[in-house]
This record gives sequence, structure tokens and C-alpha cells, in this order.
Amino acid sequence: MDDLRTVSKDVDANNTKISAKNVQVYYGDTHAIKDVNVEIKERTVTAFIGPSGCGKSTFLRSINRMNDTIDICRVEGDILIDGKDIYDRDIDPVQLRARVGMVFQKPNPFPKSIYDNIAYGPKIHGLAKSKADMDEIVEKSLRRGAIWNEVKDRLHAPGTGLSGGQQQRLCIARAIATEPEVLLMDEPCSALDPIATSQVEELIDQLRENYTVVIVTHSMQQAARVSQKTAFFHLGNLVEYGSTDDIFTNPKDPRTESYISGRIG
Amino acid sequence: MTDISSGSLLLTTTDKVRASLAKRHRKQRILQGFGIAAISIAFLMLFILLWSQIATGYKAFMQTNITLDIYVDPAEINVDRLPRGDFDDVLTAALLEKLPNVDATDRAAVREASGIFSNGAQFDLRDRIVEDPSLIGQTINMRMPVSDPYDQLYKELLDRETPEELRRLNDLQIANYDQLLDAGAITSKLNTGLITNADSRFPELAGLKGALLGSFWALLVCFLIAFPLGIGAAVYLEEFAPKNKISDFIEVNINNLAAVPSVVFGLLALSVFIGLFGLPRSVPFVGGLTLALMTMPTIIIATRAALKAVPPSIREAALGVGASKQQVVFGHVVPLAMPGILTGTIIGLAQALGETAPLLLIGMNAFITSAPGSPFDSATALPTQIFIWADSPERGFVSRTSAAILVLLTFLIMMNAIAIYLRSKFERKW
Ligand SMILES: Nc1ncnc2c1ncn2[C@@H]1O[C@H](COP(=O)(O)OP(=O)(O)OP(=O)(O)O)[C@@H](O)[C@H]1O
Ligand SMILES: [Mg+2]
Repeated sequence: MDDLRTVSKDVDANNTKISAKNVQVYYGDTHAIKDVNVEIKERTVTAFIGPSGCGKSTFLRSINRMNDTIDICRVEGDILIDGKDIYDRDIDPVQLRARVGMVFQKPNPFPKSIYDNIAYGPKIHGLAKSKADMDEIVEKSLRRGAIWNEVKDRLHAPGTGLSGGQQQRLCIARAIATEPEVLLMDEPCSALDPIATSQVEELIDQLRENYTVVIVTHSMQQAARVSQKTAFFHLGNLVEYGSTDDIFTNPKDPRTESYISGRIG
Repeated sequence: MTDISSGSLLLTTTDKVRASLAKRHRKQRILQGFGIAAISIAFLMLFILLWSQIATGYKAFMQTNITLDIYVDPAEINVDRLPRGDFDDVLTAALLEKLPNVDATDRAAVREASGIFSNGAQFDLRDRIVEDPSLIGQTINMRMPVSDPYDQLYKELLDRETPEELRRLNDLQIANYDQLLDAGAITSKLNTGLITNADSRFPELAGLKGALLGSFWALLVCFLIAFPLGIGAAVYLEEFAPKNKISDFIEVNINNLAAVPSVVFGLLALSVFIGLFGLPRSVPFVGGLTLALMTMPTIIIATRAALKAVPPSIREAALGVGASKQQVVFGHVVPLAMPGILTGTIIGLAQALGETAPLLLIGMNAFITSAPGSPFDSATALPTQIFIWADSPERGFVSRTSAAILVLLTFLIMMNAIAIYLRSKFERKW
């Protein structure tokens, strides 16, 4: 698992999907994200790497305004999706989160049936007109989440009864059921064994065809395997951002170099 | 440091651990001993309480009855004058049939003999005849409760060895009783009247129907008010209220409210509900309002704890797919917290069921001989009924008081059992 072979494709031709300009995030007096500028490309997997506590999750959560739910958290600067500032007054964070899905570190299915887990998002957003519509959405999402075959016979069993890897794929299926444009994943494989991890990674690679994926990971190998672009964070700064190939084979910043070679972290 | 000293240091460390290990084991055993002793004492107390109540109360679950063939004499009871008539004379005549020794012309002797009838007997007979006047002129077989002293005699609570002048029954009355017993007219039966009768001045007729219904109506009102208000307040405080000085202040005060002695709530209810709003005294509706004041803090605290226990990952999951705050709270958090909320509510209601002081203050200890049909009829409640009976001089109320306590305890145990069942049934792993 030690090889840093990268899935290199030319993605620089893609359009910019998310663009962050001078973003600062504070937790009370803690300055967690310092002046970050980044352009995330459409239909691309972008990996955020960096030592623990450097602000990867914080930055990721500011892309779908999950930080709004933390009282002491403050975001400054602009984050644009398709050129529109998501922190604008007229943007409803609820609507935004329907467009920007999120998968969390720990699998967190609702304590409901597998079917209801998937159907919840489409239901609250009114995406299905009929029961048949909903059935179709559920099946499509589970198929795309690469879990359909394992659960198709027990759609009404509780989602919490699945294995950890199955639960995480269920959560991914749930996140894509609302047809988001962007999928944010915060260490989606940290609770999974190698087999489940490779299933999820395969899935992420497929998702790239339709979605813009941003993934936080602590595994260099994973970043190298699934992403085309990599951003390296350190102490709240975005130190280096570029194609995954370049970051891993030819890092420009000495901090990046020492992190990926295992000297800081 | 030299090699030798570091070697000896190693040795002493192992020794130290070994020495402290024995000490730690001993400490643990002592702690366990204390724990077991504490639990044993608690159980002993519970056992003493239950045993003493059952020992005195079980007799109230049986009632001694007298069964007689009664000739409904048209000379005494006229169909046109119903419901009036000399029902007691009819009863006495039937009794004297069985007691040939008693001289029917000796009025004192007859009065003493007919003391075996409970005061309700003639009214029972009257009700039966009013219902079916064709019984006049016929002989009917009727079973009636005996009066309290005879009940005590049957249950051997009245000692025949006591000197006659200190006894509630004289020798003649006991002789009459023995004769009836030999004739098979005296029987003992499960006392359904304890549950189906309302209160009465006569212990053999007194039952808990009024108190049970009074408690039921009061708890219903209490639940209907405290449950929605308590959940509403808790959800707002826990999920929506900004965390600042004001919400801290409210939180502290709710916790204080839970610690306020119940008698204070009673006084509050007396001055506000009855004094200011002019609601009637002694009615379960006001009782329910008062109990709701006391139960609400319990429900609020239990609900907040249950809401806090819902893992943040569930909230994040719902927010992540685009649920609004309100959808997260009412679609996920509150349903998941519901078992905890219900458990807290049932425990709160169980407390309310046993609460006495506030109900005494609002007059739910009045003497009321009919069961309430609605929350607006005067009534007693179980604990206040116990209070009234415990205060009554008649011997028969002693065992009835214990029986009422047992009934109350049964309800409390049932409610707590439901709470425990709910908690274990809905306990889940996330
Ligand atoms: N809710 C919070 N309240 C206060 N400070 C926070 C909060 N969340 C994060 N922080 C702080 O912000 C900084 C960045 O945290 P963040 O969770 O973004 O790190 P991370 O890069 O995701 O780390 P990890 O790899 O360990 O998940 C840390 O210093 C952390 O202590
Ligand atoms: Mg993180």
C-alpha cells in the first residue's frame, strides 16, 4: 500500500466550481483558517490533507455552511459556488445543503429503515411526486452508492443494523439522493477496514463523473489513489494546492515535502 | 546513576506494585461490602413498609356479609308510597326469623340484634324494590355487608376475652352472631366494594371509587397540561434558545422549581386558581393544575436530558441532507428522545399521584360520597383519601387505610414498571 501512484488526469481544463477568496474562519478567538484562496474544479476529486488540527474539517464545513450551527464560529471572506457567494444574505443554508451534500467521518445513518434513510432528503425537498418516483430515487441512489445488491432484499430493515462499511456507503447514497452538485467527505474511510475502504474509494472515483467531490483524508495513499487535485493545509494556512501528481512527486513547499514524507504530522 | 541502583529501583517498583495491589484489593472488598450493606438496608426498609401494610391491609380486601331470606311484607311496604317504607323493619323481621331466642317484643334486645346490619342495608333493599316493585309480597334472598364491629369480630380483630363493658359488642350480640354463623348466614367474600363504592362514614361501605376517579381526572388534567408545556419549554430551551444570561437564569430557576416543597404549590394554587380565578374548591381540575405545576419541572429536566443524549451525529446527518433546524428537531431529535421523555413523564406523574399536601390545601380532602363524573365534580384523590381514613376513629378504617395504601403503591409500582419497560425497550445503540 506504500506506492504513491496517482490517478492522474488532466482536470485543469474543467471549470471552477467552488472558489474561495480570502477566507478566514474563527472559533471565538481561535483563528482556525487563515486567508485561504482556492479554486476547486468541477467533476474533480480534490483531497484536503494536512496534520491534525490544521483546519481541514473547518474549511470543508464552511463550504456547506455547517459551521453556522456552531455558535462561536465566524466565517469571513467569500466562498463562491458557480460564481455565487454562498454567504450572501439571500442564500438559505438549508437550500445550499441540498446542493452541497456531506458525508461524515463516522457513519451516521438515521435510526430508521434503509429505505427511509435514503428517502428522507428527497422527501423534505419534495423531489418525488409519487411513491413510485421515490422507489426509483432510492434504488438509483443505492446503486450509485454501490450498496444496492447488499440491501435490496432488506430495504425496510434498520440502517443501523448494517456493517460499518455498508453504513458509510448508505450515508454516501443518502448524500447523493438529493442530487447535489458538490459532495463533501470528511475522512469517510477512517472507520472502515481496507476492503470497505477500497469499495468506497472505487465509488468516489465513479462519483467524479457527475459530482465535484472534496475529500478530507489522513491517508496519503488514499489522496494519491482517488484525487486529481490536492490541497495541503498546515496550521490554518493553505500551504500548497495543485495537481495530486505534482504535490506528491514534486512538492514546492518544504512543509509539504516533510509532511508527505512523514516528517511532520 | 549506577547499574546496581537502577537494578534495585526496578526490584522495588515490582515490590511496591505487589504491596499496593493487596491494599487495593482490600479497599475494593470493603467498598463492595458497604454497597451490599446499603442495598440490604434499603430492601429491609421496603420489606418492613410492605409487610406492615399488607399485614393490616389484607383483611380489608375481604368483607363479611350476612345473607337472609327477606319477606317483603306488603303491610310494611306499600307500592304507592315507594320509595318510602319501613325497610328496616322488614330487615329486622327477617333477622329475627333466624334468631328465635330474641324476644320480638323486647325493643332493646331487638335494637341490639339489628345492629348487625350496616347502615346501607336498608337502602340497598329499598333500591332493589324500587327497581322491581313486583318483589313486594315475595321472599327474596339478599346478601348485605355486616356492620363494622361484626366484621371485626369475624376477622378476629375484636377480642372476645375483653370484659363486656369494654367491648363494642355485648355478650348477647356475640351470642346472636354465633347463632347466625352456625346457621351459615355469615360469609366472607372478596371486598369488591373497596373499589366500586365511593366514600362513606361507615367503614363497611366505604370504597375507593371516588378517590380513584378523582386521582384519574387530576392526573389526566396534569398530563394534558404538563406534557405539552414541559416538552415545549424543554425543546425551546435546549434547541432554539440562544445561550446567554437570560437562558442561564431560566435554567437555574427551573431546577429550583423542581426542588420547591409541594405544599408551596398548594398555597399558590389556593391563592391563584381558587382565589384569583375563582375556580371551585375540591375539584380534580384544580388538583390537576396544581400537580401540573409540580410535574412540569420534572418533565422539562427529563426532556432536556433526553434531548441532550441524542448524538450530534444524527443532527449533523439531518442538517447535511438539507433539513431545516425545525425539521431536525421535530423529525429526528424529539422522536429519538421520546422514550426518555416518556420515562421522565411517567415518573413525574407517579410523583404527582402520591402527592398529598397540595391537594389538602385545595380541599380535595372533603367528605364526598359520590364518585366524580368529570374533572369539575368535587372529589378526593388516593393520597387524600388515605389521609381522611387514617384520621377516622372507626376501627374498620384502620385496615381500609392500609388497603388504600396498598392500592396506591400498586399504581405507583405499575407506573414505574412501565417507565422501566419503556426505557429498556427503546434503549438503542446509535
Ligand atoms: N467547535 C469548535 N470549537 C472551537 N474550536 C474548534 C472547533 N472545531 C475545531 N476547532 C479548532 O479549530 C482548529 C481546526 O480544527 P479542525 O477540526 O478543522 O481540524 P482538522 O484539520 O479537521 O483536524 P483532524 O484531522 O484532526 O480532523 C483546531 O485548532 C480546533 O481546535
Ligand atoms: Mg477533521
